[in-house]
Amino acid sequence: MVQGFTGSEGTFHATQMIEYGTGIVGGVTPGKGGTRHLDRPVFNTVADCVKNTGADVSIIFVPPAFAADAIMESAEAGIRLVVCITEGIPTQDMVKVKNYLQAKNTRLVGPNCPGVITAGECKVGIMPGFVFKPGRIGIVSKSGTLTYEAADQVAKAGLGISTAVGIGGDPIIGTTTKEAVELFFSDPGTDAVVMIGEIGGGMEAEAAKWVKENKNKKPVVGFIAGQTAPPGRRMGHAGAIVGGADDTAAAKMKIMSECGIHVVQSPADIGKHMAEVMKK
Amino acid sequence: MNLHEYQAKELLKKYNVPVQDGFACSTVHEAEDAYRQIKALYGSNFAVVKAQIHAGGRGKGTIKENGINGVKVGKSLEDIQDIAKKILGGTLVTKQTGPHGKVVNKILVAQDMYYDGPHERKEFYLSVLLDRSNGQNVIMYSTEGGMNIEDVAHDTPEKIFKEWVHPSGGLLPFQARKIAFNLGLSGDAFKNCVKFVTNLYNAYIGLDCSMVEINPLFKAADDKIVAVDCKMKLDDNALVRHSDLTSLRDTTEEDPTEVEAGKYNLNFVKLDGNVGCMVNGAGLAMATMDMIKLSGGEPANFLDVGGTANAQTVEAGFKIILKDPNVKAILINIFGGIVRCDRVAQGVIDAYKNLGNINIPIIVRLQGTNAEEAKKLIDESGLKVESAILLSEAASLVKKAVA
Repeated sequence: MVQGFTGSEGTFHATQMIEYGTGIVGGVTPGKGGTRHLDRPVFNTVADCVKNTGADVSIIFVPPAFAADAIMESAEAGIRLVVCITEGIPTQDMVKVKNYLQAKNTRLVGPNCPGVITAGECKVGIMPGFVFKPGRIGIVSKSGTLTYEAADQVAKAGLGISTAVGIGGDPIIGTTTKEAVELFFSDPGTDAVVMIGEIGGGMEAEAAKWVKENKNKKPVVGFIAGQTAPPGRRMGHAGAIVGGADDTAAAKMKIMSECGIHVVQSPADIGKHMAEVMKK
Repeated sequence: MNLHEYQAKELLKKYNVPVQDGFACSTVHEAEDAYRQIKALYGSNFAVVKAQIHAGGRGKGTIKENGINGVKVGKSLEDIQDIAKKILGGTLVTKQTGPHGKVVNKILVAQDMYYDGPHERKEFYLSVLLDRSNGQNVIMYSTEGGMNIEDVAHDTPEKIFKEWVHPSGGLLPFQARKIAFNLGLSGDAFKNCVKFVTNLYNAYIGLDCSMVEINPLFKAADDKIVAVDCKMKLDDNALVRHSDLTSLRDTTEEDPTEVEAGKYNLNFVKLDGNVGCMVNGAGLAMATMDMIKLSGGEPANFLDVGGTANAQTVEAGFKIILKDPNVKAILINIFGGIVRCDRVAQGVIDAYKNLGNINIPIIVRLQGTNAEEAKKLIDESGLKVESAILLSEAASLVKKAVA
């Protein structure tokens, strides 16, 4: 289901997702319940939509001021996976959401992310589907276009994508890098993982340590964007800001290397390097 | 958004957080008035003049033109006049400003808090910020005030305390008491500190701050607890619900090209390098900067043109990057998903023609939807623009351009 279904973003991307083959069963726009949109029912509340359609995944396109509420409404209605695309949600709203979700059986991906795609099967997001050629490499990334770049390089290197998860670039997000890597390690359809991070926060280091603790069961190729970013400046993403000595690109790359992750210095080498790792 | 000390203190007063009182002044004349008022209010000949810039280390920093410190105590009207004259309009260089320093447009003339009294004076440190690792707000505090907190954390980590605030209950009274006890306070000072911490946390939440730092948090000789200095950062994403706070933005503190880029809705950060870049998406933009460096250049900027890279945004981007005389080449890197590459290519060609003579090499890398058509458009345009499809090809072209 789509929250913010009838808005311009919701309409455009819902159309794209339907074309890709995603099973969209309906949507929510408060006040427009009872109407139809894109040949699917519109409901006033998430609970109504779940009751009538059996939806268990939701994608959110509502404006930043209302997005936190939309996430919590989904969780309350029993949605299992919530993908929040919205950019610019106030941080204190996300503090509330993070806490609220702890008591719920709901996984959140994002906010401020491109979504999740299982190549050739299902797209819950805004990424260009054709870039993701089906295959056996998983991608987890904080960035949108850099995910597409990585997927494209992987395809050009003769490999393909199992699933790509864009986790988002905000300071507080639902699914972390480590959680996404864990999911890939237990996914029988994934042989190796591309892990793309950026400056700020400690999520890449946490994921790298987990990979090492799990004996590097699957190879991981890593890249950190922002090696040339000046300290203390926010680089586009709200979370992309170097705050101390251990969240610089260099520090993260060092920890990742020490944990046995194949770190590439140049973003142009992600695909090529993955192909080399897979040959071994 | 960063605030000045005087702005932050005004906001704190609204939340009943006691602050060192003062008046913001733009002229020596205003400073004289401020001194007279402070003298009348607090009955002391002493007052402090504090330069207002968006950077720390003001007390130890010096004004380039005359060597005076950015924070200075005066004990007469003549003193204040002299200090104000030297600081206002001067260029303050501190550890955080870099060698260029920052021009001081405003000073805060404030009351002297170091008056005598029955009790010992003490300086503490206290800040409220977000702990990204668990998504909770945390109050960080220390008995070691008035010093660089990073140094305290490094040298004596046991002197830094943290109190996490659970989002559902907010800051609880026992937590505020615990902080006051850990700071070694008792009697009136203890009570004042509990009130201070509680009200400060309310201000942090109420104003949607991303950080508020009180250093020093001061215990005066009469056991009053006050914020002598305050550094406050507001969450840009939350400004939509605080329309009254947007006017506090001081654009003179920002790079003029960054301010101009903001008018076009471009996300721009000025850097010191020689290769300009224009990219869609923040992560890819950072990655592109890194690639420029690996190719032997230095990035001149960060520029995310967002989801709609059309002729208008590309032209605005060109104009902004070309303002920087150090730029020796420009790399445009667009991964077309929803946005089609041929449209972006046409935008680049139109923008190039509109601007006329661009005398530096332009490298355009377009990948994704309709990339081949886009390359053909660029190659057949007759313009001095090099095109690439692969990121590695773009890297080699940058290498050639800066060689």
